[in-house]
Amino acid sequence: MRGRALKPKLGRDDLAHRGFMAVIGLYLIIALALPLYAMLSKAFTTYHFDLSQYEVQVSDEAGTFGPVQSLASLNTPPVFEKLATSTNGRLGLTKLFPDFSFRSPVMYRFRGTSESAVYLIGSERHTGPDWVELTSNSFRRVVIRPVAERGLANFRTYFSTPALFQSVKNSLTIAAIVTAITVSLAFWFAYGLARSKMHLKGVFRMVAMMPILVPSLLPGIALLYLFSARQGMLKALMFGHDINGPIGIVIGSVFFTFPHAMIIISTALSIADARLFEASDSLKASRWRTFWTVTIPGARYGLFSAAFVVFNLVITDFGLPKVIGGNYNMLAVDIYKQVIGQQNFEMGAVVSIVLLLPALLAFAIDRRMQKKQVALLTARSVVYEPKPNRRMDWIFFAYASAVAVFIAGIIATCQFAALIKQWPYNLSLSLKNYDFSRMDGGGWGAYANSLQLAILTAIIGTVVVFLGAYMVEKTRGFEKGRAVFQGLAMLPMAIPGMVLGIAYIFFFNNPANPLHVIYGTMIILVVSTVTHFYTVSHLTAVTALKQMDGEFESVSQSLKQPFYKLFWRVTVPVSLPAILNISIYLFVNAMTTVSAVVFLYSTDTALASVAVLNMNDAGDIAPAAAMGMMIFYTNAGARILHALISKGILKRSNAWRKSG
Amino acid sequence: MLDSAPSVYLRIENLWKTFGDFTALRDITLEVFEGEFLCFLGPSGCGKTTLLRAIAGLDLQSEGRVEQAGKDVSNLPPAARDFGIVFQSYALFPNLTIEKNIAYGLENAGRSRAEVKARVAELLALVGLPEQGRKYPAQLSGGQQQRIALARAIATNPGLLLLDEPLSALDAKVRAFLRHEVKELQRKLGITTVMVTHDQEEALSMADRIVVMNHGTIEQVGTPLEVYRDPASLFVADFIGAMNQIPAQALGKTIKIGDIELRCDNNTLTGSAIATIRPEDVLPVKTARENTVEVHVNALEFLGSFLRAELAHSTMGGTPLMADFSINAARRLGLAQGASLLVQLPADRLKTFPEAG
Repeated sequence: MRGRALKPKLGRDDLAHRGFMAVIGLYLIIALALPLYAMLSKAFTTYHFDLSQYEVQVSDEAGTFGPVQSLASLNTPPVFEKLATSTNGRLGLTKLFPDFSFRSPVMYRFRGTSESAVYLIGSERHTGPDWVELTSNSFRRVVIRPVAERGLANFRTYFSTPALFQSVKNSLTIAAIVTAITVSLAFWFAYGLARSKMHLKGVFRMVAMMPILVPSLLPGIALLYLFSARQGMLKALMFGHDINGPIGIVIGSVFFTFPHAMIIISTALSIADARLFEASDSLKASRWRTFWTVTIPGARYGLFSAAFVVFNLVITDFGLPKVIGGNYNMLAVDIYKQVIGQQNFEMGAVVSIVLLLPALLAFAIDRRMQKKQVALLTARSVVYEPKPNRRMDWIFFAYASAVAVFIAGIIATCQFAALIKQWPYNLSLSLKNYDFSRMDGGGWGAYANSLQLAILTAIIGTVVVFLGAYMVEKTRGFEKGRAVFQGLAMLPMAIPGMVLGIAYIFFFNNPANPLHVIYGTMIILVVSTVTHFYTVSHLTAVTALKQMDGEFESVSQSLKQPFYKLFWRVTVPVSLPAILNISIYLFVNAMTTVSAVVFLYSTDTALASVAVLNMNDAGDIAPAAAMGMMIFYTNAGARILHALISKGILKRSNAWRKSG
Repeated sequence: MLDSAPSVYLRIENLWKTFGDFTALRDITLEVFEGEFLCFLGPSGCGKTTLLRAIAGLDLQSEGRVEQAGKDVSNLPPAARDFGIVFQSYALFPNLTIEKNIAYGLENAGRSRAEVKARVAELLALVGLPEQGRKYPAQLSGGQQQRIALARAIATNPGLLLLDEPLSALDAKVRAFLRHEVKELQRKLGITTVMVTHDQEEALSMADRIVVMNHGTIEQVGTPLEVYRDPASLFVADFIGAMNQIPAQALGKTIKIGDIELRCDNNTLTGSAIATIRPEDVLPVKTARENTVEVHVNALEFLGSFLRAELAHSTMGGTPLMADFSINAARRLGLAQGASLLVQLPADRLKTFPEAG
């Protein structure tokens, strides 16, 4: 006979672990799950006026009331043809009464037939079946409020509006084209770095990483400078085509997605087993054959993964098509137009969901690829060392130089644009474009805000992410809670910034929400940015923690030491390189991000990246370029600082870090 | 209380551990005496580490009771129990010096800095590494690191020392040396110790008693001599040392193997059985007497201090018989491939077990 199942008694540390995990889990629920839910429910909600819910009685001039009439019956034949409306819709009733005059002595009695029938008299809210008697003069101030209904009506509208639906095709087309171009370019670039003996590899690697340091919209500004029909210095190369539109989006997207693809493919190529190449050589296979039978199969998961990452980046990007898209509509820009331009929040939510689907799909496939790649990585054996081959090395050098000139050229154009007095009339150099106080967009204050956002995001985000990862990795038992937490931590990567931004509007801009107070403050910007970039940081932290001996906690507990002692004295020092990587990642992204924050900044919290967008919108392209370059300098500086600190730490910990 | 002489320090009662459908521990009941060195021995996956972790509270059992020093600790977290633990991976904190590693459990326990320092020095001397305090773990050899891990585990004078395959990551020479060292230290300190190992030599040489485990159950508990000499099951007989296993028919005090009948003092079975005898118990004899069989040498294997012969015999069914001969005995008998000789299977050395399955 077996006894009852054992109920573990939780120690102080267990309670603390779970407490911390609950707090950070709660953060993720508030900053991610609830806003997304608010957005989803918005997309499925429609509003219309339900006239059948209201009844009216009208008196004659002597004050004797006639029969009770429903508003619906008064609307036949229809006076109001369109009863669909939005959340803020209001409908005045006087049109239903052709003889209405506010001076007439006729009296009105009005009521709703149920508690859900809401109407306003002036600004006073009424509901319910009690008759209200009104003079003509007050009756004209009666408006009825719409009722909400769950359904797919918004989606029907979306897919039956060609102007909106066209964006789906546009976005998919552009994303597919960019994916093909970027992955091919990045593959040969990474191949040259990994498999040739070309010169200046370090320089090429550095130049290829530069796009990460600037907002995705910056190449748009450079392209306008170079190719715009009005003033572009290389406009002849366009042969009459407009850089505004698909061409500009594709070129700019290749620029900003290049480093992402390059890193992934480089990793895939660097794990190839040298013995396979030796085997292929010894079998007298040609270079070409070796390439197709060894190189490509070894790197295929990396190639797929890079393709999905690029696809995802392009389809969710907002800044670039906003700057250089012209009339070519893309999904992410549609969200912005619906919300900011037309105040149609429901339709904004619908577009968000349409955008979410390909993003989620690409994310899911990418996760699978990454896992397979990791499996290859652990089985790796001998590192490949390229042999010199004069001809190939020079071909790769020429190719890498061309790519580097493209990337550095875009940045240099922006720098040039920022320093020119007045393009194209006065080419003398000046710093006047850096005098942001003369433009809209928030000026130097916006830059200061961005810096503050980046620093706060780096500090708060690193603490939250690392603690969360620590708790999820090291908590004893509590499997279900940990699984939920892990799921929440993976979710942000699948959520496009624009979708997160609009979800935040729905959730935090609701006056009934006690967290409404953070709306329009720096706090909501920090929260949204930390959340937006949570997943990659979380994975970095988890990887670092997994590399640590899993029995440290057991030993520490057996010695009766509290978990925070181990955390401070061992876990944090050993993970310091990973912690620094997380903070620089958060810092750089907080400086450059546009998508989520473009919905959330207020006049007090204008940001540099958004200022670039707004100045460009206002036609101040040179100052926009100057602000973009400010972001570049800042990020480059932060990266250098990060490299120096990392080097210092590694040097100091050389004594105990195992070298091999 | 049934036990008379030594007092029970750790008592495990009806312990179960399940992972989903898989039962890792099945109704384990066990007593560990004060000051003894106990080994959990078994193949990988037999549940020995699971049992150790349940005793430590690192992975709680699904059901059952664990009592330590008279106190029910069944559901307590590790920090509320009283033990020191050493892992196969050493689990030394890489960024702390050896001194700081050892001092880790001594700090914030009401000791002064000087006391901690003195205790660390004492422990370093105890494990024979007095000069290494300022180094980092990565600068020591595996064997040295394991001794530091041991020092750290006993620093706070825990009532129970748990060793989870502590020597498995080391190479053979260091392992043999440390075996002796650890055993000496344990004897000197008199600390109740439970060690998990899959290495029978380690268990036989170090343990006061061995718990042989298989498929989540205890097969036998006994001194090294008992489990070797008098295995309680065919599994134990097979797992520890080498053992001949020959299908036989048993009846009373005789067993029949192939055509010949042998006397077997230990037999209690009737019908089909497995007869066992250790290779070193097969004795070469000059003249036929009780339980002798004529065999010829099929193959000889040189194993250093002795020779293992594979002996074929026409009368005993098809199973060849393994027998160990010292080098001297082999020379005296003129042992060579193809040679014939008489061997005795002593009646008190033959044991029978029910057929498996």
